[in-house]
Amino acid sequence: MEMVVVAPPAPGRLEDLRRRFFATPLQAVLSLACLAIMVFLVWKLLNWAVFSAVFTTSGGPEACQAAAGACWSVIAARWRIIFFGLYPYEEQWRSALACVAVVVMTVLSCIPAFWTGRRIALVWGAGTSLFYVLMKGGVLGLAHVGEEAWGGLALTLFIFVTTCLIGFPLAICLALLRRSELPWISRTTGLIIDGVRSLPLISILFTFAVVLPFALPQWLQGDKLYRVILGSALFFSAYQAEIVRGGMQGVATGQEEAAMALGMRYWQRVSRILLPQAMRNAMPATINQFVISFKETSLVVIVGFFEILASGNAAYGTGEWRFAYVEVYAFIAFIYFIFVFSLSRYGAFLERRMSVSER
Amino acid sequence: MVSLLRNQKVRNALLQVLYVGSIAAMVLAGIVIARRNLADQGITSGFDFLFKSTGWDVNFSLLPATANDPYWWYFLIGIINTLFLGSVGLILATIVGTIVGLARTSSNDLARLLGRTYVDIFRNIPLILQVFFWYAIITHLPTPRSAHEAWGFLLTSRGLYIPFPNVGSAAFAAATLAVIAAIVLPAWLGRTSRLAQPIGQRRTIQFAAAAAALACAAIILAIGRMPDTPLLDFPALQGLNLRGGLRIPPEFATLAIAIAIYGGSYIAEIVRGGFKAVGTGQVEAALSLGLSPWRVFTLVRLPLALRAMLPILANQYVWLMKATTMGIAVGFTDFFMIVALTINHSGQTLEAIGILMAGFLAINLSLAAVFNRINKAIALKGNQLRG
Repeated sequence: MEMVVVAPPAPGRLEDLRRRFFATPLQAVLSLACLAIMVFLVWKLLNWAVFSAVFTTSGGPEACQAAAGACWSVIAARWRIIFFGLYPYEEQWRSALACVAVVVMTVLSCIPAFWTGRRIALVWGAGTSLFYVLMKGGVLGLAHVGEEAWGGLALTLFIFVTTCLIGFPLAICLALLRRSELPWISRTTGLIIDGVRSLPLISILFTFAVVLPFALPQWLQGDKLYRVILGSALFFSAYQAEIVRGGMQGVATGQEEAAMALGMRYWQRVSRILLPQAMRNAMPATINQFVISFKETSLVVIVGFFEILASGNAAYGTGEWRFAYVEVYAFIAFIYFIFVFSLSRYGAFLERRMSVSER
Repeated sequence: MVSLLRNQKVRNALLQVLYVGSIAAMVLAGIVIARRNLADQGITSGFDFLFKSTGWDVNFSLLPATANDPYWWYFLIGIINTLFLGSVGLILATIVGTIVGLARTSSNDLARLLGRTYVDIFRNIPLILQVFFWYAIITHLPTPRSAHEAWGFLLTSRGLYIPFPNVGSAAFAAATLAVIAAIVLPAWLGRTSRLAQPIGQRRTIQFAAAAAALACAAIILAIGRMPDTPLLDFPALQGLNLRGGLRIPPEFATLAIAIAIYGGSYIAEIVRGGFKAVGTGQVEAALSLGLSPWRVFTLVRLPLALRAMLPILANQYVWLMKATTMGIAVGFTDFFMIVALTINHSGQTLEAIGILMAGFLAINLSLAAVFNRINKAIALKGNQLRG
């Protein structure tokens, strides 16, 4: 007797819906509850943010306060403070251009064609110097603007970029030192890394901003901004060093032995054999670390910098917009969300891409 | 001399001495310069200041505190505040994270979508922004006179008021301990090595232990109750102010909410990862043995997922403890804020920073030690954890 196996008929649309959401009574209850929550939240949010919101500044704060929904006019009235802080009004286009430069630089470094040590260094070096020249001025006919006047989104981006720029090479150095075969070097480095990792970032920023001036000779103190960036870079590098080290551990020992057998010197081995493979292994975790450190730049508000969060506080904190705090925070959260979400999506994409190529 | 440098061993030793020496020299130089700079300002170094009275107040303390108390007492208060806020945040974040994480692993598309939206939103906004946001919300709540009220809970700009048992603080602490024992004792007894009885009897003993501990808690509360008062004290308006109940200050509530929501989004991902790590073969095997979905969940998926989660969860908890330093943003006197205030008021910069480092090192190390114990205790012996 011959068995004929026939595929069951494809379920109709209604049947499919029933199977997916109403398979059992419990599933049905769960689906309906989730649907109710979603509809409620989306309706509330839309109603607040769009339907009964005020978008124009024509009515002033009074018309806004009377409205039931969100008061987006505070953003329309104060967006310059949020984005540029105390940067001089006529020069704010420079601050905007500098932000664009950083964004372009970040996007470029996400393209695989730029993933060689030299190209990535070139992109980041050029991007950061362009940012610095645009912000600081004093050359090319641009008026000089001191760091104390920097603020808003530009300051956030500056702290983030310089933290990565200093922290990344430092992380590689720390990882190599911790891997060293000389016991005292690896132990001391391990102590430094673990010590920094066990402290909260706020306390490190505080130490670098407030305490370090006591412990440094006058000529070494520098500006508070650069000290804080140094502290945040140190923190970043302690975490990143462990990620890089993990990546190095994933490189087969045969690779280094083969390089040694070929007579390559230490730096050749590290730069040509070990690091390229280690960085590839460490890529997803590295992106994750970038995401975390971008979010953590916001902590500098504690040691008194006028970055985007502080400028947001200032945007609603003075005078007639005092009631519009939710809108300002929502707007800043949205800005952070755009940056962080796209970075982390990119990280997830990379992870998928790599797991495919390994198969 | 040159031939000595050619010797690999000598070179290695020299290199190490140079490296360690230069780092030690930098640290020492920093300390020496700092001591001199501080001495110029009339601040003598040393830990004598620990026994001087502070002269400033803390706004939140579980221990009695006045401005006459010495610095060491304030540091203790700070550490206890940090641990208390950390534990509350940790428990709340775990609850939020478990619910959201389970939603994300659910077979229901709508629940998954909800969970994913939650994680995407709250993970991608910096914690300190969320802290500022909740603080603004809470401090803009109505005054006590027109408070939001629900089931005896009151929401006001001066904090959240909740009903509270009418007992002294010592009795309350004892009752809390008893409740904790009711949770821990059955789990401890559940270890096969402790009780040799078959599983049914073991259950009975576990339930009995939990019931006994809960009964203890009830008795302590009954005895410790203030005379002639109802068991639960509800907050109520008296004149312009609220009387009764327990007041949770806005600062504490803000931080607990923010840590629970932000930490919860991270823990949700850990929970999801843990459940993803459970091999489908094991779940299918359990289903084909005829176990109901609930038993598959409690007997197979949950225990295996817990084992996969725990090491990552431990890291997350250490991070959560460090996140309590956000307290300084809203003025909650956690350990770090006490240190910062000490530096401001007494000028004993180096000593205070040293205490800060030692304190966080101790907190981190003890948390890590606890989790290592738990991890070792629940780890599968042998090679059973295969997909």
